[in-house]
Amino acid sequence: MNHYPARKFCLKCLVTIVLIALFIVASFAYLSLNPLALFTKQAMSDVAIYTSRFFPPDLSSAFLQKVWSGVLQTLAISALATLLAAIVSLFLALPAAGQFGNGAKAVTRFFLNFLRSVPELVWAVLMVLAVGLGPFAGTLALALHTTGVLGRLFGETLENHPPSATQALKLAGASNTQAFIYGALPGIYSQLLSYSLYRWEMNIRMATILGFVGAGGLGQILYYELSLLHEQQASTVIMAMLVLVIGVDMISNKLRRVQMHSLG
Amino acid sequence: MRRMCHFRDPDALRRFSVAVIGLAILWPMMQLAQFDIFALFEDRNLVVFSNFLIQFFPPNLQTSFLVLVLKATIETLAMATAGIALAMLMAIPLGLIITYSLSISRIGPASGHRIARLGRYLARMLMLFLRGIPEIVWALLLVRVFGLGPIAGVLAIAITYGGMLAKVYSEILETENTLPARALLILGSGRINAFLYGLLPGASQELASYTIYRWECAVRASVVMGFVGAGGLGQLMDQSMKMLNGGEVSTILIVFLLLVLLADYISLIIRRQLA
Repeated sequence: MNHYPARKFCLKCLVTIVLIALFIVASFAYLSLNPLALFTKQAMSDVAIYTSRFFPPDLSSAFLQKVWSGVLQTLAISALATLLAAIVSLFLALPAAGQFGNGAKAVTRFFLNFLRSVPELVWAVLMVLAVGLGPFAGTLALALHTTGVLGRLFGETLENHPPSATQALKLAGASNTQAFIYGALPGIYSQLLSYSLYRWEMNIRMATILGFVGAGGLGQILYYELSLLHEQQASTVIMAMLVLVIGVDMISNKLRRVQMHSLG
Repeated sequence: MRRMCHFRDPDALRRFSVAVIGLAILWPMMQLAQFDIFALFEDRNLVVFSNFLIQFFPPNLQTSFLVLVLKATIETLAMATAGIALAMLMAIPLGLIITYSLSISRIGPASGHRIARLGRYLARMLMLFLRGIPEIVWALLLVRVFGLGPIAGVLAIAITYGGMLAKVYSEILETENTLPARALLILGSGRINAFLYGLLPGASQELASYTIYRWECAVRASVVMGFVGAGGLGQLMDQSMKMLNGGEVSTILIVFLLLVLLADYISLIIRRQLA
């Protein structure tokens, strides 16, 4: 006989669930937001009128050209930022993995954590102040945040790599850096590359919206057109964003599948 | 001659061509991104930026300002919670529609086969549309309908995360043990019952913990959405940044970092409770 016992009454689960429900109700109350009010006739017609202003999208060739250059700029921002971050992270990986002592490790880790926990958009606002409006500010902002992420990942990869080759080189008289370049790098190179590509994918998504604070790319065009109440142009830009994001998603999924197959 | 040969790199041609191709791609990209490292060191920029940074210390700790920050923090948490609650309301039906392991037409001939397939296809398209557009774009659009403030933020979270949750819910339900649900369907139970008794018991924990993880992401996202006027800490930060008030910005940044840590911690506790 294979009877599973019925699940016992679980007070802890019940309390958790009730607490969560209370929090949800409290949130709606605090925001004085009545979810039902969103479905009144007035709200519905407001939304419908607003939505109708986005049609038809502006598909004139002059504007499409502008959007296309925005797409290229977005791609350039994300690629350059990822490249910059990967190069800097490669240098930070050594101290982050504790190759220069524990003091350097703690300092580097703290610095990387700081870079990572400030959101990209906040970095973008700061960089717009530092270098002026434009895509270069976006590149720097993305690079700063990505350095925080990649530096940590690179450092962890280095730490987890078996140290035998590096140790052998060091015992033979190589310096820390030399031992890293010839002993560890060939082994972790492909892992680092795949981390960087993964971040690039996320950065493309991020680069589309950095323009909201004036840091170039598609977002800047969208913000500009919406501010001028050019909804038809805005809807073209939104479609371009959608195509870009979904396209990147599909390509990376396909690549990942190919990679998984090749690994067996 | 022999020494010359000794230093020759057998891979020279390949390395050289890779470098040339790399530069040929990099150069136009740097043009497009208006890459100009010297802009960092222009006098005008340097003065504005360093003045702003100097103000970061000390952070603004006046009581009146701290009260404002506290209110905005609570608002951020409330936005994330309400947004995720609405997202779940959207995601549960959408997720159930597209889950293959609950498909009746898959286990045999069924009436309304075409309609079901069309419905599933439409639901997938809708989800792709909802989560393909970044939440901040939704917020920007919704602010123009519902006005400045947290309502636009809540709805933006609900829309984007509804799409994401629906996709992940269906993936979780498909990777769980689907045999009980299938047995129920074959015996003639309805799809809702097959879900409740066949799939939910095995998958409930994973579903809950993913939802809570998304809540954590929503807290982070709600800060960013404030930059387009959708309420919360972000809106406060945006105002302080526009006034170049470094002390306020640094206070808000510190509170934001603490808030993210707190959200991490809360989600950890809840997930442990559910285990």
